[in-house]
Amino acid sequence: MRPDFGHLWVYLQTTPLLGLGVTLIAYQTAMAINTRLRGHTLANPMLLSIGMIVALLLATRTPYAVYFQGAQYVQFLLGPATVALAVPMYANLGQIRRAAGALLPALLLGSLTAAGSAMLIAKLLGANRAVVLSLAPKSVTTPIAMGISEQIGGQPSLTAVFVLMTGIAAIVLYGPVMKLLRIESWAAKGLGAGTAGHGLATARVLLLNETAGAFGGVAIGLNGLVTAIIVPLLARLFFRM
Amino acid sequence: MLPALTLLIVCQFAGEALTRAADLPLPGPVVGLVILLVYLIARRGPSEELKTTSSVLLRYLLLLFVPAGAGVVTQLDVLGANILPALIAVVISTALGLGVTAWTMQILTRKSDP
Repeated sequence: MRPDFGHLWVYLQTTPLLGLGVTLIAYQTAMAINTRLRGHTLANPMLLSIGMIVALLLATRTPYAVYFQGAQYVQFLLGPATVALAVPMYANLGQIRRAAGALLPALLLGSLTAAGSAMLIAKLLGANRAVVLSLAPKSVTTPIAMGISEQIGGQPSLTAVFVLMTGIAAIVLYGPVMKLLRIESWAAKGLGAGTAGHGLATARVLLLNETAGAFGGVAIGLNGLVTAIIVPLLARLFFRM
Repeated sequence: MLPALTLLIVCQFAGEALTRAADLPLPGPVVGLVILLVYLIARRGPSEELKTTSSVLLRYLLLLFVPAGAGVVTQLDVLGANILPALIAVVISTALGLGVTAWTMQILTRKSDP
């Protein structure tokens, strides 16, 4: 029976349905696992789906290009979804206007610190160019981060992994850092979480306080825009492009 | 659903066209986001339909990253060879980003309303 299965697999690899089906099934399986684990941060549905698909591709020796033939139809919606982020941003506009005087300088400094220090540390520790560039937008929400990464010559897929690692780091570090610096304002805590740790850290502070969650939401959108502007400049500075 | 989806795609298209034409170092969809935001400000808010469509799209946002994320399979050797510097860079820069943002915000807020 083995040769027959081989034939079948060769046939399936030629249709985009394989990549598309695998993506949808992996994601729903990941969602089910996430629900079972009560939404634990480490059981992130994106991370789980990617893990399953990578394992499948390696086990069946399927080239990524073959998988992507079908998966590209899912990927295509990422562009319109990124544009759609304007709708929740508009809802937070009042909050942005009221606190603009403190919010914008804080966001700008935080954004520059997060991106610049990540690139500097990685470069000093001898990481290669692709890794340094892929790290630069790691504090930004994934759709914008992957766009920036591609723009500056990084690897969007590496960036997706770094973005997730950053979100988890921000959740773990949030408490100790706020305590160490004696931050009491919920607006400041939320802005820090959203700027350094995008949606993952924001979802966490939203559970603690609503104001913090709102400022986190504001920070996710604004930080995406600010980072998209400063990271290409940083990349030029680091690699004299 | 269809007019809202069309609006999103037109904004993205305009964003891509603008980044190419003006040679902006920005991802096209991010410029599309700004275009839609300006449109929403001018229109004083999204239609109910745009609200529904965007919330459906954003609900499945994590799914949309999976295809590109799985591309890490082509980068496993790069990731493996650089995992320690990357991990240290992520942890330290995230702590710094959290601290600098929150601290600056708190100092400036106190100054503006004592």
